[in-house]
Amino acid sequence: MAVIFDIDVASMLLGGLAAGMVLFIVSVGLSVTMGLMGFVNLAHGGFAMIGGYVIVLAMNRLGLPFVIALLVGFIVIAAVSVVFERFLYARLYRASELDQVLFTIGLVFVMIAGVTLVVGPETQPLNLPAALQGQIDLGFMTYRTYSIVLIGVGVIIMLGLWLGFERTRMGAQIRAAVDNRRMAESLGINITRLFTITFAFGSGMAALGGGLGAEFLGLDPQYPLKYLVIFLIVVAVGGLGRITGVFYASLIIGVLDFALKKYLPQGGTVFIYGMTILLLLWRPQGLFGRAP
Amino acid sequence: MSVTTPSLSDSLAARTLAGRHRLRWWEPLPWLLALAFYFAFPRYLGFGTEVLIMILFAIALDLALGYAGIVTLGHAAFFGAGAYTVGMLAKNGIWTEPITGLILAGIAGGLVGLASGLVLLRTAGLTLLMLTLCTMGLLEETANMAAEYTGGFDGLDSLPIKPLFGVFEFNPLYSNTQYLYVLAVLFICFVFVRTLVYSPFGQSLTGIRENMLRMHAVGAPVRRRLVICYTISAALAGIAGGLWAEANAYVNLSTLGLDRAATVLIILVLGGYGRLYGAIVGAVAYMVLEHYLSKLYPTAWQLGLGLLLMGIALFARGGILGIWEALTRRPDRSKPS
Repeated sequence: MAVIFDIDVASMLLGGLAAGMVLFIVSVGLSVTMGLMGFVNLAHGGFAMIGGYVIVLAMNRLGLPFVIALLVGFIVIAAVSVVFERFLYARLYRASELDQVLFTIGLVFVMIAGVTLVVGPETQPLNLPAALQGQIDLGFMTYRTYSIVLIGVGVIIMLGLWLGFERTRMGAQIRAAVDNRRMAESLGINITRLFTITFAFGSGMAALGGGLGAEFLGLDPQYPLKYLVIFLIVVAVGGLGRITGVFYASLIIGVLDFALKKYLPQGGTVFIYGMTILLLLWRPQGLFGRAP
Repeated sequence: MSVTTPSLSDSLAARTLAGRHRLRWWEPLPWLLALAFYFAFPRYLGFGTEVLIMILFAIALDLALGYAGIVTLGHAAFFGAGAYTVGMLAKNGIWTEPITGLILAGIAGGLVGLASGLVLLRTAGLTLLMLTLCTMGLLEETANMAAEYTGGFDGLDSLPIKPLFGVFEFNPLYSNTQYLYVLAVLFICFVFVRTLVYSPFGQSLTGIRENMLRMHAVGAPVRRRLVICYTISAALAGIAGGLWAEANAYVNLSTLGLDRAATVLIILVLGGYGRLYGAIVGAVAYMVLEHYLSKLYPTAWQLGLGLLLMGIALFARGGILGIWEALTRRPDRSKPS
C-alpha cells in the first residue's frame, strides 16, 4: 500500500511540476513587466496564445522542427510586442488602472477575434517530435518524457533568468527600477528603453510558454480568457517583479492544481481561489514580494 | 475670523455647487422614452426588460467604480448572489412573492458585499483587482459544486414566481408585466442613487476617488465610507440579479461569471462612468448593437468591441457622454465638475 502511495505521490509531483514550469514560463514576463511598469496587463495571455499559434503553425504548415519553431515564436512575438509597447502601451503608463484594464481587455478581444478570423475557431494540435513522445525510465519509475523535458527546460530557463537578473548590468537596472523607479531614473538609467526590452522579452517568454504548454493547456482562441485568472494568481502570489517568487508560486500552484484536479475534481478550483484570497489578505505584496 | 465678501468666482462656484442636484429639463426624457417603448414595441419587451436590468446593474457598478473609484472586475458576484437567492428560495417553494423576494436578493447581495468589502477594501491596485476576481470565482465554483441546491451547471429553471400583487402574471412569452415591474424598480433605485451621489456622502466618495490622502487628512472616515458604498452598490447589483431571475424564471451560472462582470464594465465605460446617465446610454447602445451584430457576425462583433474598448481607453475616457459633453461645452462656461 505504501509503495503504491509513494508512486502516486511521485507521479503527481512530476505532473504538477511540469504544469508549474509552463505556468512559470508564461507568467514570469507578466510579473516583471507589472512590477517594473505598474501596468495591469490583462493581455499577457494573448501574447502567449499568439506565440503558441505561431509555433504550432510553423510546425504543422511549414514543417519546421520543434526547437526552431519555438525560437521563431519567441522572436516573432518579441518583435510584435515592441511595436505594441512603443505605440500603444507607452501611452497608458501614466493612465489610471481602469484605463489599463479596459485597454488590455479590448486587446484580448481583438486578439481572440483576429486568431479566429485568420486561423479559425478550432483547437490547434501540437504534434510533438517522436523523441519527446512516450515514456522515459527514471530508474525508480517511468514517466511521460515530455513532462520530464518540460521540468528540465523550466529549471534551465529559471537558472538563466536568475543569472541574467542577478549578475548582469541589465538585470541590476531592472531590479533597481522595480524597487524605486524615480531613483533609478535619476541615476541615469534609460527607463524607456528598459521598459521596451523587458516587455519584448517577457512577451517572447509568454510565446515560448504558449508553445511548450499547448500540449496540455490546449490552443484555441479562448485561451487568453480561460487562463487569465490563473496567470494573475501566479503573479499575485509570487509577488510583483520577483523572478524566484513567480517560480515558487508557479510550482506550488501547478502541483496543487494538478493534484486537486485528480483527487478532488469538484472542489479543486474553489480551494485555489480561497487560498489566494487568504494569502493576499495576509500578505498583499504576495508570498515572496517585499513589503512596500 | 474675518468676513470677506465673496468674489464673483466664489459666488459662481457656490451657485454651481448649490444647483448641481437640480433636475435638468431633459432628465424625465429617458423614462418617457422607456414608457413609449412599451407601447411602440410590444414584441421587443423581453429584450427591453433585459436592457433595463443591465442599466440597474451598471448603475450599481457606477456607484463603486465611477464615484468611489473602486476598480473591480468581480461585480457579477453580487448580481449572482441576488439571482441565486431568488432562484433557490423559489425553487424550493420557500418564498415566491416577487417584491419581497427582491428585497431578500438585495439583502443577500449587500451581505456578500459587506463581508467581502470589509476585507477587500483594505487593499488597493492589483491586489484589490485580484481579490474581486477571486471572490467572484469562488462564488461561481461554489454554485457549480453545490449542484443539489443550485442546480450546478444547468442552473434552476421554471421558477414558480407568484404573480405581482397577486394579480399580474409573469408570462415568459409576453414580458409586459416584467417590463413595467423592472422599469418601476429601476426608477426607484435610480432616484435613490441620484439622491445619494449628490448628498454629502456622495461628495465625499468623489473626494476619496480624486485624492484619498487628502480625505484622510481632513478626517473623513475613508475606509468606512468605501465599505458602505461597496455594500450599497452590491445590494443594488443583488436587486438587479433578483430581477433577472424573476423576469426570466430561471437562474444559471452565467449570472456569476467573468463574462457578465466584463459586460457590465464595458457598458459603463461605453456610456461614461461617474456620470449617472452613462449607465443608461451605455446599456442601450451596447445591448442594441449586441442584439443585432453578435448573432450575425460574432467574430467581427468581438473585434469591433475590442477596438472600441482600446479606443475609449486611449482617446475617449468619458465614453459616449464624455464625447457629447466635449462637443456641446460652450467656451464661455466654466468647466463642469
